[in-house]
Amino acid sequence: MSNSKINRTNQIVKDFQEKMDYDELMNCMRCGFCLPSCPTYRETGGNEAASPRGRIAMMKAVVDGKMTPDEDFEKQLSLCLGCRACEPACPPGVKYGHLLEDAVDILQKNKKQSSSVKFLRGFLFDHLFPKKSNMITFTGLMWFYQKSGIQKFARATKLTRLVGKQMSAMERVLPDLPSPKQMKNRPTYVQPEGEVKKRVAFFSNCMMDTLFLDTNDSTLFLLKKAKCEVVIPEDQTCCGAILAHSGEKDKAKELAKKNIEAFEKENVDYIISNAGGCGALLAEYDHLLKDELDWLPRAKAFVRKVKDISEILYAVGLPEMELPPQIITYQDSCHLRNVMKTAAAPRKLLQSIKGVAYKEMVEADRCCGSAGTYNIIEQEMSMQILDHKMVKVLDTKATTIVTANPGCLLQMKLGIDREGYSNTMRGVHIVDLLAEAIKFSEEQKKNVLDKEGKKQPVNT
Amino acid sequence: MLKQEVRDMLVSIVGDDNLRDSQQDLIAYSYDATPNYQALPDAVIKPRNTKDVSEIVKVCNEYKIPIVPRGNATNLCAGTTPLEGGIVMIFTHMNQILELDEENLTVTVQPGIITLNMIEAVEAKGLFYPPDPSSMKISTIGGNINECSGGLRGLKYGVTRDYVIGLEFVMPNGDIVRTGGKLAKDVAGYDLTRLMVGSEGTLGIITEATLKLIPKPESKKTMLAMYNSLEAAGKTVSAIIANKIIPTTLEFLDQPTIQVVEDFAKIGLPTEVGAILLIEQDGPLEVVERDSNKIAEICEEGGAISVKIAETPEEGEALTTARRAALSALARLKPTTILEDATVPRSKIAEMVRAIEEIAERNNVRICTFGHAGDGNLHPTCMTDARDKEEMERVEKAFEEVFEKAIELGGTITGEHGVGVMKSPYLAWKIGETGVNAMLAIKQSFDPNNIMNPGKMFAKESRKRVVVQK
Repeated sequence: MSNSKINRTNQIVKDFQEKMDYDELMNCMRCGFCLPSCPTYRETGGNEAASPRGRIAMMKAVVDGKMTPDEDFEKQLSLCLGCRACEPACPPGVKYGHLLEDAVDILQKNKKQSSSVKFLRGFLFDHLFPKKSNMITFTGLMWFYQKSGIQKFARATKLTRLVGKQMSAMERVLPDLPSPKQMKNRPTYVQPEGEVKKRVAFFSNCMMDTLFLDTNDSTLFLLKKAKCEVVIPEDQTCCGAILAHSGEKDKAKELAKKNIEAFEKENVDYIISNAGGCGALLAEYDHLLKDELDWLPRAKAFVRKVKDISEILYAVGLPEMELPPQIITYQDSCHLRNVMKTAAAPRKLLQSIKGVAYKEMVEADRCCGSAGTYNIIEQEMSMQILDHKMVKVLDTKATTIVTANPGCLLQMKLGIDREGYSNTMRGVHIVDLLAEAIKFSEEQKKNVLDKEGKKQPVNT
Repeated sequence: MLKQEVRDMLVSIVGDDNLRDSQQDLIAYSYDATPNYQALPDAVIKPRNTKDVSEIVKVCNEYKIPIVPRGNATNLCAGTTPLEGGIVMIFTHMNQILELDEENLTVTVQPGIITLNMIEAVEAKGLFYPPDPSSMKISTIGGNINECSGGLRGLKYGVTRDYVIGLEFVMPNGDIVRTGGKLAKDVAGYDLTRLMVGSEGTLGIITEATLKLIPKPESKKTMLAMYNSLEAAGKTVSAIIANKIIPTTLEFLDQPTIQVVEDFAKIGLPTEVGAILLIEQDGPLEVVERDSNKIAEICEEGGAISVKIAETPEEGEALTTARRAALSALARLKPTTILEDATVPRSKIAEMVRAIEEIAERNNVRICTFGHAGDGNLHPTCMTDARDKEEMERVEKAFEEVFEKAIELGGTITGEHGVGVMKSPYLAWKIGETGVNAMLAIKQSFDPNNIMNPGKMFAKESRKRVVVQK
């Protein structure tokens, strides 16, 4: 080993000893109840090192000086999806997600990166996600690519393959992107008609407010239908989830503070998120800022208000929903389910849509393999998980797969594309489907009304 | 580290992929669910079939390399911790159901199959394999057989030993032996099948098992009885049995255990009561109805504050599933949870409970108790912190007193978790020096080189009774 490598290893061990929460590591009593819940344990044919119990044992061994944090160790942590399915399965209640985040953060800080990786990380984590104007510019460029004919040309000439198979597949499943003009003219306030049941603030999310703008429009539409007054604070920024999970905790903390400041000005009942991955970090801002005592009470107040859109819609109630006959199924967002504990509300909402058959998917609570940037970094495992997921999806015979997070949505679309069902199946965000169902129901009633020659009003 | 020539030989048997000895593998297979025990093996090996096992064992026997057979390491007596190094053998490639015989009511399986997966497969055919250790979602049949695992249904249906009727195992010299079969009766020689069940991997490696099945009971009912104290609950247990009712399950939990289980499972357990009895009866509908009513009556006579019958099978299932998490959930309270499973005749259960409370108080340690009350099988669990050496000594002393009391009442030091390393110093307390010698003689004749799970069952030094050595 070279000297610099030895120094780096020693520094990692030292950081592990200083920064890892040893009580939490001790809290794992190694009962193994987590094993069946872990996707990578299962996909590796029962490799203990690829399980939560194994990974915790390795982290503890590094702290105890019994293990050198070598390349295998880093790879094993990287292979973890961070889906946190092990947490609800854990009787002692070990906060595995926090341990993983801390460990990855230490490894990242001690990493000597090539200049290209450094550049990419700098671009993503300093300039793209935290700065909405750059997100808009980036999405705008992609929009131009889609609309100008370059996309057609690139696909026809198979130029897209230059970026690799995975990226070219991702390119195929991206939604129709909004124009820069659309992205810049966003509402900051929505007033429902008639009585106001709740006053909420909407966390519009960097990706959702650019790449998935329609989904944000659907969200506002639904909140309005649910008689919620909505404020959309302009000063809000990226939630920081993608940074926190990539070993950029300090940067994530800065974003958290900005968001707390932006939202605490508004006197609202709830802070609404429509992306499980973001919502889960918002709901853990108190943990993220646990060492900053002046921020902690503010973070706690913030966290108490964070709710997923499906929870609030289910609690407050929506007008009647209907869709043409079809089978629908729901794929959980891991962080929505395992961290925010939201699993029943989206299902109840979907089951209340008239005309459709809801079919629960076997192992809907298992990760689809998207997991933030995982499907790019750990492509092979991600696709293996996705292919197994698609078997379960096909078993339901559903033509509409509903998700509650943009990453999961893209992954399910990718799955449909890989299976060659793009013409008969669709992946859709739950709010888009609910909005569609309300509009369809309204349309139906209008038709009935027209047919009856407006003889009598129809009950709503 | 294995000698290069040994490593080469093993690789030539199982292939490169199936012999792992990188640092991460050694760490990941260095422990089981027993607190405070950890040791690195020299390698981890994954045989693909019985022939692989036999050839591996021959190499290990020649070079005197310890072998620790390991299922999924849910062991609670450090039985699958490789304390003397060597190789850890895992059975992820040998996890198939070989035959489900509906005429003879047997299932033949490889050792690596997960207990619950097998149970689900046989239940799909209307059959029933009763042993249900709390770890059954994770544990393997091979592990269950080696430890003679019990479970929640032990009271009515017995334990693993009562269902193993045939085995294939590899002797420490590499010979392959087949015992028993799909037979209701078989007295051909010594009962090697029973000898292997509960042998903790010290006599050989089980490579196939034929298990007895019974028809699946047509209905079941689950109920909860609430009490002010664990002792009162314990008295009811004896009363139920004395009334000639054998429920499937008769479990109790004390208040701290109820609280942590509720904290984890969130199913609405009564956290304000002193103790609960979790009772389940199965069988024909009329019998289940009649027994449940009678049990409820007995509970009320025995001072139960209230009795609640689960309204749906799902509700009942949620209760037993929550109970299975009890031990792990107790780890919420303190960093280290040390669990024992002293067992007494069921008529002595209330007396044992009282003794445990006194012992805990006398030694100033915190002990929560839950367990298979109907079997007289208690799980007193000590909440402590392994980093606190002084407290750990008091914990050890308290447990010695628990063992002592259990034996005094006609009980044993372990009901279902096994001796392993943890209880090996106390084995002679239960069976005497002559008993230990008889067992050692068996061990030596099977395994003269002491390669099979060395250091387990037989302690280098046994403990003098109830004297804490400082």
